[in-house]
Amino acid sequence: MNILVCISKTPDTTSKISFKSDNTEYNSDGVTFIMNPYDEWYALVRALEITEQNGGSVTVINVGPATNDIIIRKALAIGAADAVRVDTEAMDSYVVAANIAAHAKSKNYDMIFLGKETIDYNGSEVGAMVAEIMDLPYASYVSRLDISGSTATITRELEGGEEVSQIDGAFVLSAAKGLAEQRIANMKGIMMAKSKPLTVVQPVQADARVSAVKYAVPPPKSGVKLVDPDNMDELVRLLHEEAKVI
Amino acid sequence: MSVIAYIESPGGHFKKSGFEVATYASKVASSLNTQAIAVVIGKSDDAGILGQYGISKVIHVNSGEDVTFDSQIYTSIIAETYKNNGGSILILSHTANGKSIAGRLAVRLNAGCISGVNTLPDTTQGFTVSKSVYSGKAIATYSISTADKILTVMGNSIQPEISGANITPESISISTGEHKVKVLEVKAEEGGVPLPEAELVVSVGRGIKGPENWGIIGDLANAIGAATACSRPVADADWRPHHEHVGQTGIAIRPNLYIAIGISGAIQHLAGVNNSKVIVVINKDPEAPFFKAADYGVVGDLFEIVPKLTEAVKRYKQQH
Ligand SMILES: Cc1cc2nc3c(=O)[nH]c(=O)nc-3n(C[C@H](O)[C@H](O)[C@H](O)COP(=O)(O)OP(=O)(O)OC[C@H]3O[C@@H](n4cnc5c(N)ncnc54)[C@H](O)[C@@H]3O)c2cc1C
Ligand SMILES: Nc1ncnc2c1ncn2[C@@H]1O[C@H](COP(=O)(O)O)[C@@H](O)[C@H]1O
Repeated sequence: MNILVCISKTPDTTSKISFKSDNTEYNSDGVTFIMNPYDEWYALVRALEITEQNGGSVTVINVGPATNDIIIRKALAIGAADAVRVDTEAMDSYVVAANIAAHAKSKNYDMIFLGKETIDYNGSEVGAMVAEIMDLPYASYVSRLDISGSTATITRELEGGEEVSQIDGAFVLSAAKGLAEQRIANMKGIMMAKSKPLTVVQPVQADARVSAVKYAVPPPKSGVKLVDPDNMDELVRLLHEEAKVI
Repeated sequence: MSVIAYIESPGGHFKKSGFEVATYASKVASSLNTQAIAVVIGKSDDAGILGQYGISKVIHVNSGEDVTFDSQIYTSIIAETYKNNGGSILILSHTANGKSIAGRLAVRLNAGCISGVNTLPDTTQGFTVSKSVYSGKAIATYSISTADKILTVMGNSIQPEISGANITPESISISTGEHKVKVLEVKAEEGGVPLPEAELVVSVGRGIKGPENWGIIGDLANAIGAATACSRPVADADWRPHHEHVGQTGIAIRPNLYIAIGISGAIQHLAGVNNSKVIVVINKDPEAPFFKAADYGVVGDLFEIVPKLTEAVKRYKQQH
């Protein structure tokens, strides 16, 4: 089984967020970037487990500039066999999806894995777009995947419940918590990653449809109002009369 | 042109998020002097009820059938209905299923798509709309350049609003073709309001010390009528079920009231809850970072405070 895993780069959650050029652009100065946790911890690891059990290999793909090679090398260190980077700025979800699909169409992957969402823009858009361009079924928010022959049995996380389904043949999947346990790259993996192939390809023609016009930082909280622990009637009163939430 | 809203009916029933989408679509439609049309697929409650939320026409597709979820089939049905009804803006809910079809429809309809919007669009100059990004640390305003536009609406971003009356749905039948996804089972969680829909949430962290102490939290949640949530370590230790885990790696919620009990307020936790309207923090450590994000705080031992708060809530409920 050959699996394509799509990986993206996001600012570490603990980074301070700021903007430049009159709040029209994200300011990446001094920000630490990481591989998107859903891609790294769940999508990539489950793909590796499946190929370890059934044979085949895992390829990772990223749509982005050369500065993204650092997260690609990390994915190779964790265990992916090879990597593709589409050398273009990821202008919007559609541009990303069109480029992933263009690569995938030239190969014959049995499955394409993504994270359920990137933690910066929380789009959750790319997976469905890739699936549509490839005309494949899509299983999103997957917390469990079992493969038996050509049949995949899948558990999806829904609001207030779960759905269990089966798909025969190729499909696209987005990974949620629970799909696998995070793996840490060891020294050997890190050494081996240096010699694994990372192919840089040119983007296909695709126009962005969505663009950010401006950013704002939410107004700060006006400050916490402390309530005496011995006077919970007062807290209830505040929640009713002042905050009007109960 | 018209605004098309796809309204989910999981298990045959509309949820609050569906009424939010109907309200959102009808507001967008009236700002553009056009009508909002709702699409409902498969078994559902009386679909005509959507008229109450300002929808002028309801198209109920394959109303008698149990059309199990398959993103390809739902995409085909919605795309066809959208085109046949002169759609130019398509609105869906920001749910697992809504998100699985929004991207597909964007490809199918050559539309620009913005997911998780939490304000109404500004259509005075072009088309711009905002959403929360970077784990709630910023608000981004996006513009869509294509003629067709797709939005998914974040839960609890708009209050469902009654502005009309029931209408008679138009039933149509569309051949779905073969399902490539065979749904074996849909399990609903036991009891109560599902967390993503809840307006009131009581949440617990490692301060609770162990699952045997959970009772006082459950009592408070029952007294208020709130859903329950937890921090990641609490779910990881199996003290509480995984679906209650909120935060960056869990789910993001935006209730009216979030009561955080014995939770430190790590940035990854805040990422899932900092869009809550009002936050109450109960923590014995006055330096706990959560107090910085809180509206109301109580410094002290949760084992003493929570039962007192439960009693106070009960007293209040008796009087009102
Ligand atoms: C990449 C990444 C992703 C993560 N994603 C998430 C996520 O999605 N959600 C999440 O929650 N965490 C997440 N975390 C973990 C997060 O960083 C914190 O470790 C976690 O939120 C801490 O949980 P806690 O507040 O319950 O526990 P603790 O940090 O141990 O805090 C317990 C709190 O309880 C208080 N307390 C103790 N006893 C009492 C008492 N008797 N009465 C009152 N107060 C008491 C303490 O003062 C303390 O503030 C993530 C971490 C990483 C690195
Ligand atoms: N630039 C990118 N290159 C490769 N994969 C990406 C890129 N952006 C997003 N993805 C994948 O798409 C998933 C969902 O992203 P999003 O739709 O942006 O929330 C991520 O978890 C990744 O698996």
